This record gives sequence, structure tokens and C-alpha cells, in this order.
Amino acid sequence: MGETIKLIGEIFLLIGSFSLMTAAVGLLRMPDVYNRVQTGTKASTLGALMSFVGLAMMSFDHWQETNWVGRFLVLVIFILLTNPVSSHVLMRAAYAMKIPLSKLTSVDKLKEDINNKVLEEPKDE
Amino acid sequence: MKFKNIFVAFLVILLGWMLLTWSLELQSILLGVGISAVLSLLLCGSCTLFNEINLTPKAFAYSFWYLIVFLIELVKANIDVTRRVLSPSMPINPGIVKVETTLKSKMARLILANSITLTPGTFTIEINDDALYVHWIDVESDDVEGATKAIVSKFEKLLEVMYG
Amino acid sequence: MDNIVIYIALVMLMVTLLAGLIRFVKGPSVVDKVVGFDSMTITSLVMIGVIAYLSNRAIYLDVAVVYGFLSFLGVIIVAKYIQGGL
Repeated sequence: MGETIKLIGEIFLLIGSFSLMTAAVGLLRMPDVYNRVQTGTKASTLGALMSFVGLAMMSFDHWQETNWVGRFLVLVIFILLTNPVSSHVLMRAAYAMKIPLSKLTSVDKLKEDINNKVLEEPKDE
Repeated sequence: MKFKNIFVAFLVILLGWMLLTWSLELQSILLGVGISAVLSLLLCGSCTLFNEINLTPKAFAYSFWYLIVFLIELVKANIDVTRRVLSPSMPINPGIVKVETTLKSKMARLILANSITLTPGTFTIEINDDALYVHWIDVESDDVEGATKAIVSKFEKLLEVMYG
Repeated sequence: MDNIVIYIALVMLMVTLLAGLIRFVKGPSVVDKVVGFDSMTITSLVMIGVIAYLSNRAIYLDVAVVYGFLSFLGVIIVAKYIQGGL
């Protein structure tokens, strides 16, 4: 039983590391900053989450001595809550800096609404 | 109303304490209860963070279901990102679309925006009244109704029950 | 080789750190640099977890918790500074 859980944990750790590596490749390949933030956030959130769950499973057989599992769970919840928030704030800052969108972009409703005065511009406060 | 805020904050802080200490001895639990009570009274004595949350069994069941739906979407998002990043031609068609939500509560909107951020190919940039501006990595429909149906509707049904 | 899986995972994490560093040095705008640094931070959180498991010390995980909190605060503050609100 303990061996099986450890094996599943190792598979989880490998998948998580691979997912983090995908995030890094996305950071290098994507054409503009918005797509970079997008791929970076998604892949690295799930990657860190799966790695920590895998590590918690691997240290499951001595769970009553020290508090391995609890601390890994705290890390998972923390990353799940804070990572989207911080990248959303970054994306807003990028838009307020007026970093241009890439050539591939097809539609920009936010720009249209700012021009039509539906919404005031996100500006320096 | 004020009591509910303090009670939910107390539960959250106590859960954090239990996870960090990871022991079921009476001493440690009593200490945790005392510290959580003091902290929740100090921090959340006048906050309105959890005003609209529903504390009924149905809402709890829907929270668990929401968590499952959310995790499935997260895995799907990751497969999608991997496919786009690793294919040599990079099939992306990015754009910023506008979607509309019917949710009123602030907390529900926060959870909705975070969920949109972590689901396949979408990313919330700005919130204004009922409109969310979403950066979509592969735009399928650029009018408001189509985008709302594709992005928001699957979470909105569940969040309406949880936050009334 | 008892735990070869862990070494493979560590190699992958090193590649991730390197890519984040390249984006951090090269990035045309400030936001690119912050994104690269954020990715490096999350990768090093996972590395701290793996090293804590390898050396069998649970106390290292507290370092990871505090480091994650500081990185979140740092990104928020940099973004606020870029927008001019600080």
C-alpha cells in the first residue's frame, strides 16, 4: 500500500515538473507579454500544485511523526489562491503601461469601450 | 451579519492552524481556538468580506461540486497550453473580448474572475460593473453573448447557489 | 540509485529556472521581467520542497511558505508601482 502511494506520488511529481517546463517554454516562445503571462500562470500553477501533491504522497508513510502533509497542503492552497491574483494585477499593469498587443491580435473590446467612453481609462492614480 | 463574518473568519484561521501544527492533542487545539478567536475578532470585527456567503448544506454541496469542476477545467487548461506551446506553428489567435455576468456579490465575482483566469485560454484583465474584459488566446466568437456562453455560464450557475 | 525520479525532476526544474532567467535578462519590458522572475520563484518553491524531502527535514517547508508569501507581496507591489499608485 505504501509503495503504491509512493509510486503515484512520483508520477505526480514528474508530471508537475514537466508542466513547469512547459510554462518556461511558453515564456520563451510567445509573441507578446499578454500571452506570456497567460501561459506562464496556468502551467506553473498546475505544475506547482501537482508537484506538491506528489511530494505529499511520497512522504505519506511517515505522516504521523512530523507535519509533512499539512505543510504541503498549506502551500497548495496558498499557491491556488495567490497566483491568479498576482498575474491578473500584472496584466492590468501591462495594459495601463500601453504595451502594444501582438500583430496576431484579432479583436480588442477594451480599447473600443475606452474610445466610446463606456469605461474610463485605467490610469495612474 | 457581523457574527457570521467573524464566525467564517474564525473557521478559516482555525483550519490554517490545524494544517500547520498537524496534531490532535487537546492542548494544541485549545491554544488554536483561543488564537483564532482573538485574531478573527481583531481582523474581522468590522469587515464585510463574507456577508453574502450562504451557510446552508446545499451551498456546501455545491462548493464541493464547484471544486471538482474547477480542477477538471484546470487540467484541461494545462493540456491546452501544452498543445499550443509545443506545436511548431503555435496556433494562437489572441484577442480581448467582453463578457457579462449576473452575479452581484463581490466575493462571487472575485472567485469567478480567478476561475476564468485558470480555465483554458482565458484571462481576466478588467472588471467594470457587470462587464468583464477577458483576454482570450483563441477567439471563437467576438460578440458579447457568444463569449459569455462559452466562458462564464458553466461557473455562474454554481456560484449563484453558493452566494445567493 | 534509489530515487532517480527525484533527480530527473530536479533536472527539469533546473531547465525551468534557466528559461525564466533568460526571460528575466532579455525581456523587452518591465512586465516581462517580472513574469520571468515570478516563474523562477514558483520553480524554486518546488525545488525547496524536493530538497526538504531529499534531506528529510520538514523545517525547510516553512521557508517555502514564507518565501511564497514574500514573492506574492513583491509582485503586487511592483505592479502597483508600475501603475503609479505607490
